[in-house]
Amino acid sequence: MLASGLAAGGVRSAGAVEPPEIPPSMKIPGAGMGEYGSPAKYESKVTRTLIRSQPGTTGSGASRTPLESLEGTITPSGLHFERHHSGVPDIDPAQHRLLVHGMVKRPLVFGVDALLRYPMVSRIHFLECSGNSQLLYQPTPPNVTAGQTHGLVSCSEWTGVPLRVLLEEAGVDRSARWILAEGADAAAMSRSIPMAKAMDDAILALFQNGERLRPENGYPVRLFLPGWEGNMSVKWLRRLKVVSAPVMTKDETSRYTDLQGDGKSLMFTYPMEVKSVITRPSHGMTLPGPGLHQISGIAWSGNGTIKKVDVSTDGGRTWAAAPLVAPVLPRALTRFRLPWRWDGAAAVLKSRATDDTGAVQPERDRFVAEHGNNAIFHFNGIQAWSVAAGGEVKHVYA
Amino acid sequence: MSTRDLAALALALVVGGCAGAGVTAGTTEGPNLGREATPAQVAGWDISVGPDGAGLPPGKGTPSAGALVYEQKCQACHGARGAGQPNDRLVGGQGTLASKAPVKTIGSYWPYATTVFDYVRRAMPYMQPQTLSNDEVYALTAYLLNLNGIIGDSDEMSAQTLPKVTMPNQSNFIVVYPPRAK
Repeated sequence: MLASGLAAGGVRSAGAVEPPEIPPSMKIPGAGMGEYGSPAKYESKVTRTLIRSQPGTTGSGASRTPLESLEGTITPSGLHFERHHSGVPDIDPAQHRLLVHGMVKRPLVFGVDALLRYPMVSRIHFLECSGNSQLLYQPTPPNVTAGQTHGLVSCSEWTGVPLRVLLEEAGVDRSARWILAEGADAAAMSRSIPMAKAMDDAILALFQNGERLRPENGYPVRLFLPGWEGNMSVKWLRRLKVVSAPVMTKDETSRYTDLQGDGKSLMFTYPMEVKSVITRPSHGMTLPGPGLHQISGIAWSGNGTIKKVDVSTDGGRTWAAAPLVAPVLPRALTRFRLPWRWDGAAAVLKSRATDDTGAVQPERDRFVAEHGNNAIFHFNGIQAWSVAAGGEVKHVYA
Repeated sequence: MSTRDLAALALALVVGGCAGAGVTAGTTEGPNLGREATPAQVAGWDISVGPDGAGLPPGKGTPSAGALVYEQKCQACHGARGAGQPNDRLVGGQGTLASKAPVKTIGSYWPYATTVFDYVRRAMPYMQPQTLSNDEVYALTAYLLNLNGIIGDSDEMSAQTLPKVTMPNQSNFIVVYPPRAK
């Protein structure tokens, strides 16, 4: 059923210049150089998707990465998902300050120019909104693309200063256990961060994919907490207050808590659980016909490194291990691909990821039975796509 | 500094020893460029309020005072008496959390009363955040708690009284960090 080989593609489009004719691009010189490049004009439909705002606002909401149009593991910065709580602020880096205070020996103020002189690390990590994939809590399958369903995850190379370095400079009190992080946006977005995470792998990110952060990703400086729910990686970071206990901000109490079926709520659900999704083929695509097709998808875990991705084409009765594409990095998107010889009969595609803690992505039915339909956040059940005999691919619960 | 010096520093960092020229290897040390913040600077920026009331400013407000502010500055987005529409509903919903259609409001869901003050002060009204006086924020907090049946009609909220308010849903939150050993 799962065989090796390559899909035969190639549909001849109208007006194509077939050999032996010489294409027009070879008969006149091309365009000149440009200061900042853009995608090919023929790719203009590859954009962020399902852009939605709170009523009466233009900047409280989210946009999603078009996962089904991308390959590899690095998300172009311009297609990185967005989640803002009161829009994207316009911040002049020369005016921006970061204050570190609270339970420290010396409260300190840093300008951005100062931060740029600190030792830096570069790490490839995914960032995922805890509300990603929430449409799968619905009782019926959402009639939207892979990106519209799962595109609140993106992956970048983040470069910045280990947070530990600044905390050590300020001199953290030994009894301090938490840090309140606050943004310079109009929501003054704020979350309490455990000191253990801050001293472990937290980064004050200044660069994304080699260039300075995009405004919508926290320019000029953001917190970055590898593997943890996205809203904790506070953008436009202006203040870090070292404290003894969580501040219990709106976003860590009434917003990003997970209401279970029994009416109780889980609080401080920080790491994003092991998950995967097949991005090609996926909802909205049509397979051109039987034969060899490439199945391609992404897997990730906020708790570690992807160990295995199993793929099924019969709705989960049988599974085959998909090859993982190097590099396979902790808390980063991992690409899996495998060839599939489609016989033209109806099929149901699934992927199931396992991380190096041994955690296995659960079936959707089991996940919803455990957590109910109203948790909104931290959905990591298995995604199924049905392939009809005519080749149409649709979201299905199976 | 010559290229030879840079190489020597890099080597010292690799082997974890101490090099000359003020470089400490073994840990990542910064250039110590933080400027000491004055108490006035910290006070100007520190707007966070903890569940124990830490950070609450002087001031006070009653539900009736809050009703006036609410009608002027909040009602257009949150509806009359917190009923919601076009934006979030703030009142009611008690007893719905385990149902198929849970209604999460300040009264039915929020675990700490101090969070209302903290959030309203930092982020509301949506189009003019950080413009309310402390008295207005206390009054709005009192109004919203009163509409939800959590405090009485004449209860005044202040740095002393607000942290003593217990929210009805507080005991229904299960803290899962740090994770328990299995």
